[in-house]
Amino acid sequence: MELERLRSVFRNSLEIPNEFPVDDLEYRGNAQWDSLAHMSLVAAIEDEFGVMLDTDEVIDLSSFNRAQQILEKHGVVLAI
Amino acid sequence: MLTDVFTLPQPDKEKQLRDELNALVSHHRRSCPPYARILEALDLRGEAATVAELPWLPVRLFKTRKLVSVPEDQVIRVLTSSGTTGEVSRIHLDRAAAATQSRMLARTLATVLGPRRLPMLVVEGRGVVGDRRSYSARGAGALGMVNFGRDHHWLLDADDRPDVEALRAFLDRHGRTPFLIFGFTFMVWTYLYEVAREHGLDLSQGILVHSGGWKKLADRAVDNAEFRRRFGVDTGLTRIHNFYGMVEQIGTVFLEGPEGGSLYCPDFADVIIRDPVTWQEAPVGTPGIIEVLSTLPTSYPGQVLLTEDLGVVHGIDDGHWPGKRFGVLGRLPRAEARGCSDTYPGGTP
Repeated sequence: MELERLRSVFRNSLEIPNEFPVDDLEYRGNAQWDSLAHMSLVAAIEDEFGVMLDTDEVIDLSSFNRAQQILEKHGVVLAI
Repeated sequence: MLTDVFTLPQPDKEKQLRDELNALVSHHRRSCPPYARILEALDLRGEAATVAELPWLPVRLFKTRKLVSVPEDQVIRVLTSSGTTGEVSRIHLDRAAAATQSRMLARTLATVLGPRRLPMLVVEGRGVVGDRRSYSARGAGALGMVNFGRDHHWLLDADDRPDVEALRAFLDRHGRTPFLIFGFTFMVWTYLYEVAREHGLDLSQGILVHSGGWKKLADRAVDNAEFRRRFGVDTGLTRIHNFYGMVEQIGTVFLEGPEGGSLYCPDFADVIIRDPVTWQEAPVGTPGIIEVLSTLPTSYPGQVLLTEDLGVVHGIDDGHWPGKRFGVLGRLPRAEARGCSDTYPGGTP
């Protein structure tokens, strides 16, 4: 359930259609996820999960997988 | 101020950089055939005994040659910067180099900003990053900084005028605790200083990070000292950090210390000021051409570059942070710039 929330944050921020998988996305791996989109994505993740990321984490957030790990570090439980 | 990148006294730094940069020179010699040919033409085969002996490239070479040390399919970003003549530098980053440059830029700026992202005022209009296909140099600069902030507020409206009411709202919300201000020097003076003074706004909790040079402000008789003085007196803003950096060494910035007036080199970078006639290292206090050294360029041979800027070393191991502290005096006059790359054997095709 929670993981689906993260997927939907990625889809909305990066304007990725519903049928497209997001679990393998990497920063700059596609045209949508550029530095401008990264700013919106970080803001959306913070809003959705009520966390505040440090600069290091924003820079480290380079894939969908990393986003999961970072959120888990903040105590967000993403297990399905 | 806690820092982990402004730590090395100059003798230690020079030993460390000499070894790391010798290794980088070998790496690029192996991986970038045009670079290997330049070194060969200059008869540079051995290792440098000192940092000053490391082979440099004129920065403009990245405008005329494709210099890249990783296979084409590994390149994930090509950065460009247009020069005054419309020539464009092309800097190729692979995933590792791109990640390292953002991380080291972050560590450098964390020295003055701390690890938390601060509410951020950008002295630009949102439109500067509006067209995703082609950012201007200003747009790219602003985008490189947004990771350090949150709740971004763009100062200029759609007509490129400062929106005073929106600025007031930002300050009402964030102005009582530290917040980040970023902009190009000229824009910060024209749009933020003037407006803040006129409307009596309190910027005393701000931390300003700015870059871009003083040329456009020279006719208003504003230099770095005057800029700092008047911001302090008229707006309360005293935490001001100018920086010097270039796309050809992306991720490396030379940062003004808290005391103001001098730029410092992070542990992974350094500057050498060279006499434009003899190419020897100029003594402290003597102006010359700025050479920049950095261990970050691993995907292109940009580790030692002769810039087209004039600078002067203010002192060594005698400032707020260890190492060299220096100032940038401006661009080389055009004719001299052409002259210097012409006299450099590797500089012309």
